[in-house]
Amino acid sequence: MPDRPTSGEIAIDVRDVVKHYRTPGRGEVQALDRVSVSVERGQVLGVVGESGCGKSTLARLLTRLERPDSGSVEILGRRIDLAKRGELRELRRGIQLVFQDPYASLDPRQRIGAALAEVLSVHRLPSGDGRVGELLETVGLPPSTAGRYPHQLSGGQRQRIGIARALAVQPQILVLDEPVSALDVSVRAEIINLLVRLRDELGLTFVFISHDLGVVRHLADRIAVMYLGKIVEYGPWDVVSDTPGHPYTRALQTAVPIADPGLDAPPTELVVTGEVPDAADPPSGCRFHPRCPLAEDRCRSVEPLMLPASGRHRLACHVVQSEAATADGTNG
Amino acid sequence: MSVLPTVAEPMGSVPAAPGRSSLLARIWRDRNGRIGLTVIVLLAVIAVLGALGVLPHDPIAQHPAARLQGPSSRYWFGTDQFGRDIAARAAVGIWTSLRVAVVSVAAAAVIGSVLGISAGFFGGWVDQIVSRFIDILFAFPAILLALAVVSALGNGWQNTAIAIAVVYTPIFTRVSRGPTLTVGGAEYIKAQRVLGTPLPRILLRHVLPNVSAPIVVQVTLALSWAILTESALSFLGLGTRPPTPSLGLMVSDARNTVATAWWTLTFPALAIVIAVITLNLLGDGLRSALDPRRDSRP
Repeated sequence: MPDRPTSGEIAIDVRDVVKHYRTPGRGEVQALDRVSVSVERGQVLGVVGESGCGKSTLARLLTRLERPDSGSVEILGRRIDLAKRGELRELRRGIQLVFQDPYASLDPRQRIGAALAEVLSVHRLPSGDGRVGELLETVGLPPSTAGRYPHQLSGGQRQRIGIARALAVQPQILVLDEPVSALDVSVRAEIINLLVRLRDELGLTFVFISHDLGVVRHLADRIAVMYLGKIVEYGPWDVVSDTPGHPYTRALQTAVPIADPGLDAPPTELVVTGEVPDAADPPSGCRFHPRCPLAEDRCRSVEPLMLPASGRHRLACHVVQSEAATADGTNG
Repeated sequence: MSVLPTVAEPMGSVPAAPGRSSLLARIWRDRNGRIGLTVIVLLAVIAVLGALGVLPHDPIAQHPAARLQGPSSRYWFGTDQFGRDIAARAAVGIWTSLRVAVVSVAAAAVIGSVLGISAGFFGGWVDQIVSRFIDILFAFPAILLALAVVSALGNGWQNTAIAIAVVYTPIFTRVSRGPTLTVGGAEYIKAQRVLGTPLPRILLRHVLPNVSAPIVVQVTLALSWAILTESALSFLGLGTRPPTPSLGLMVSDARNTVATAWWTLTFPALAIVIAVITLNLLGDGLRSALDPRRDSRP
């Protein structure tokens, strides 16, 4: 599929963001280490990685649930990490968050209609049953849902409410933190289709966070792969998901179940063993080297940089980069 | 980018809305709640009748000629050593006890919950200060603390109420702080922050309703303890000032006469017991009525 048209306008610009957490007993954990990424208006950035790689931290920084230790987070041209109260509320009308767990993200004592109406009234938007009904309709629920409590709804229905609530302020950007991970497989597809529809109909910008490359590739324009607080590969969705360069991405790709087992396994198949190392004590050099089947000596000491592989495709791996250089040399 | 095939989820299958009934109706559905509710209304009516002075006998006027008469059709619960009608005095005593209990527990619940929710939600130094202060109050035995406060302020029902409020405030702080720790970290609170909901509104509309169940239940329990404490203070001569009748005072006065006139002790003591049990039953009913998942499950 060809790239969807983009405006070229930058909706999200994250630069050199560092975020540490102090945890008792483990010392300082580096959740994000000099992460930079930007998203154009109307585009979908997929963020992929195992748990603990910092992708949820990124979501919290984008929505100002937390502030970075250093670096900048720009939303629609304004610094959300520096915004004061009034400006922050205004910015929150521009960017909203959909949570992973639809069971935990809705107030159990508030009816759905009241929850949606509250968002509207807090932002002084026209409320009333009409608007609430419209929001419910947007996410494919009947208006009668307004009278229900969260515990009366299924997981998929609740996640639709989570999306409706985020849409209530008419944001331009939606950050989706593992929005389908807590759902049954059958419901997952529906929510993803709903998101695809919202992206196309409302022209929303998405940051779609998931541990599952197979889910992300359904709606992302660009994919960023994260490992231990760093982006290790970034590029157009089809390049990253079909012909990834970084050994970690190739391992993630291998982990995606293949719909048709009759097809040959991808030629890039790589298997990674072991667990994600402790983020409080990240490995020296390339953080992936202890688990990497391609690791060489220099990987243990020198940290690889994000360098362009082709076009907008960038990755951070000594081995792949030098292979590419050699190939270029032979061709040239 | 493919659009995934979907298993048809019946979109209209949101369960029919069961009419969420009022709190009273839900208490009524619980057997204990039903008993508690009935008896507490009965006690309240008796107390109000006593307070209004519409009972056939004056609770304070002394009739030396009618000293220590047993229960009869004229004096239902008999008379005490001054010839006062025990039924009338018990009715006013219930009023005195309930008034002190309600005022003190209301004050304790409001102050204690504000402290507890602040400590649980904000954590850090707010929590440290509140929790240490509460620890100090908890270190004193309840009745000693109440005695100390009353001796400092002097007796009278307002001061008794203040003393009891001081004693029960830490309980409400503890009861509200724990759940607030859980609720404060819940995703639906984070969601409100991202949605830009102002902090006071988050605390009032989202934290308070979700920690209110244990607080409300605690209110009914504290009411019953407050009645006991008020009686104990009155018994010790530090509560209600005579000649105003109070259940504790009546029990105290009956010490000298109980050997010859059992009714002087029995009826006021019974009133205390009934009030305490009733409030406990009501608390039980409330506990089940306040569980949002109890009725209206799909």
